[in-house]
Amino acid sequence: MMAWSEIDTWIVVTGALISMACAIPGVFLLLNRQSMLGDAISHAVLPGLAAGFLISGSRDPLPMFVGASLAGLLTGLITEWIHRRGRVDADASLGVVFCSLFALGLILIRHAADRVDLDPGCVLYGSIETAVVDTGWMPGIAQLSGGMFLANLLLAILLFKELRIAAFDPALSTAMGISAHAMKQGLTIITAITTVVAFESVGSILVIAMLIVPGATALVMSHRLAHALALSLLFAALAAAIGHVAAISIVPQALARLTGFPGLGAVSSAGMMAASAGLLFVTVLVCGRLAGLRAIIRPEPDPQAGTALEVKASSRG
Amino acid sequence: MTAELLRFLSLQDYNTRVVLAGACAFGAAAGLIGTFLLLRKRALLGDTLGHSTLPGVAAAFLIAYALGAAGKSLPWLLAGAAISGAAGMVSVLMIRRFSRIKDDAALAIVLSVFFGFGVTLVTAVQQLPGGNAAGLDHFIYGKTASMTAADAWFILCMSVVVAALCAGLFKEFTLLCFDEGFAGAGGWPVRLLDGILMALVVLVTVVGLQAVGLLLVVALLVIPPAAARFWSDRLEVMAIVATAIGCLSAGAGVAASAIFARLPAGAIIVLCAAFLFSLSMVLGAQRGILLRCWHERSATRRLRCEHLLRAVYECLESGPATAAALRHKRPWKPGDLEREISRSINAGLLTPGGGGALQLTGTGRLEARRLVRNHRLWELYLLHHADVAPARVDRDADLIEHVLDPGLVDGLEAILDNERRAAFVPEDPEK
Repeated sequence: MMAWSEIDTWIVVTGALISMACAIPGVFLLLNRQSMLGDAISHAVLPGLAAGFLISGSRDPLPMFVGASLAGLLTGLITEWIHRRGRVDADASLGVVFCSLFALGLILIRHAADRVDLDPGCVLYGSIETAVVDTGWMPGIAQLSGGMFLANLLLAILLFKELRIAAFDPALSTAMGISAHAMKQGLTIITAITTVVAFESVGSILVIAMLIVPGATALVMSHRLAHALALSLLFAALAAAIGHVAAISIVPQALARLTGFPGLGAVSSAGMMAASAGLLFVTVLVCGRLAGLRAIIRPEPDPQAGTALEVKASSRG
Repeated sequence: MTAELLRFLSLQDYNTRVVLAGACAFGAAAGLIGTFLLLRKRALLGDTLGHSTLPGVAAAFLIAYALGAAGKSLPWLLAGAAISGAAGMVSVLMIRRFSRIKDDAALAIVLSVFFGFGVTLVTAVQQLPGGNAAGLDHFIYGKTASMTAADAWFILCMSVVVAALCAGLFKEFTLLCFDEGFAGAGGWPVRLLDGILMALVVLVTVVGLQAVGLLLVVALLVIPPAAARFWSDRLEVMAIVATAIGCLSAGAGVAASAIFARLPAGAIIVLCAAFLFSLSMVLGAQRGILLRCWHERSATRRLRCEHLLRAVYECLESGPATAAALRHKRPWKPGDLEREISRSINAGLLTPGGGGALQLTGTGRLEARRLVRNHRLWELYLLHHADVAPARVDRDADLIEHVLDPGLVDGLEAILDNERRAAFVPEDPEK
């Protein structure tokens, strides 16, 4: 038994919209082998946030948003530069860049905190439960994530062919006049903006998970890019719904029984949404393997093979 | 400030001594083990591991609470972290093994899913009486400056274990990093070795998380080895340099945070490492940018000079070598031809003859003859033995003429018969 309210509905809607907004660039990140970019950006934007705050001198969200987006973009650019000029592996250069930027951000925040109370925790980790509390006909955060989702969807549809060829055959695409490098940078920008918008409002963990896990689940199931994109949207929304339901009902009950502490309330919805995305991934992977095993043990009768045998038999007879 | 510097250098404070020893030992151990991770192309594994310890820590606390024990017992939480970290690592390997998903995606999936689940459990822990005081996030984001003597001893023991195993299994780990397939074919227990290496990474991560925090663990596993890569192509040298850089940046960071009281030690250590990285990237003795630019520059110069000499030789075969005729020979960049001509005249390879034409000097003629000879021998070889179309041989030979060594030239002569060669290829300048 669980108590469902209007707020729960909005949490699921917002979570689903954010997740779907992340899943779209996520599929292309996977294909470009830039999966860790989401994690890196969510750390590396810290100096941007702090700088935006220090320059504007207020907690006005706009300068902080601009600073964060610039820092996200810078992460992509410096990583690419170190990878190319220094011939360092792409993942190692990403690690170098985001650790350094995060450390810089910590120092800046420490500096900023001298002047006004600015808690890195509250800057970095918004929470989806408190974000949807302001109600109108639709909470502001739901509108924002809806807008982000529509923008990403529109971009993906408009640039579908270009993104596809740049992801699957960078050399061919560059030769055809669609610079694979430019597409990669564009993808980094989109990812940075999506990440910043999403995690300022709902927290970084949901973003990092939803950038990659639904896309990976979809790519396990499908070999066609359009199908994979559609499936990733489905899995993202599904994970958001399952995650929130589990966070307010099943998980607290189970934990209450385990610990013997009856007053245990709802747990983090964003965390549970990420965990359910992982659960969906494992389920799909296991089902896929089982189907593959069954095909090996008991092959389905192939109509073509059947006729060939009959032909052989009749010709012999 | 001088007073603080002196105070630090003389190691008067007990606390400074503890933090310095612990941080340096951790930096060295992380740098060493990170070297193997970097070469195995798993640089960000530390990041994934660090995040995937969270559910273990929270679960250990919950279980301890259920059993009625005090949840804050450190070994218990560490055991939880280690088990959950190891589970994260096994998941990465399983995803790789059972699907076509790439390494980086497997790392990102495990990181986010485990961390998400961990966050969920932590929110449950915080609702328990006494759960807030448990400081579970402090466990993950440990503070370098508040390291205790016990922590430092723990780190020292861990570093000794890591160093001993790495030294003892150096040859095996090297083989694992560079040619896993060969190691397997040669009968080495690849899985076991990989398991030992990964277990060491788990050890470093779990010990480090508690003492110095996640950021420092990830940074010191990645940055010092990446910096060391610029200094050497030899693994033993690289491992030593990475160890030194890790140790040095930890020491410098602790010093800075002791002198300037308001700077957080962990962040400063990372920035010191980043500074050493950029220094290595520019100055590195093996792959540094300056060195590579220098090599590229001298190579282009040599190529341009050789192109000019060959062009002059070929022009002289049919007429005077004027600037216009040379320009017709190959596409020069604007200004390059004039610059190269004056440079070659200064080097004594060319002399200006009458009417704006150029003449080869004695040394210039020998060098030019050698080049033309290489070029044409290779063209003939491509035509007669490699079945390359006549229109393409000139361009292919253009690339190879600079690097043909004398032995190869003799070989070419031997397989190309004399009649074909006589009219076309100049004599050996040595004879």
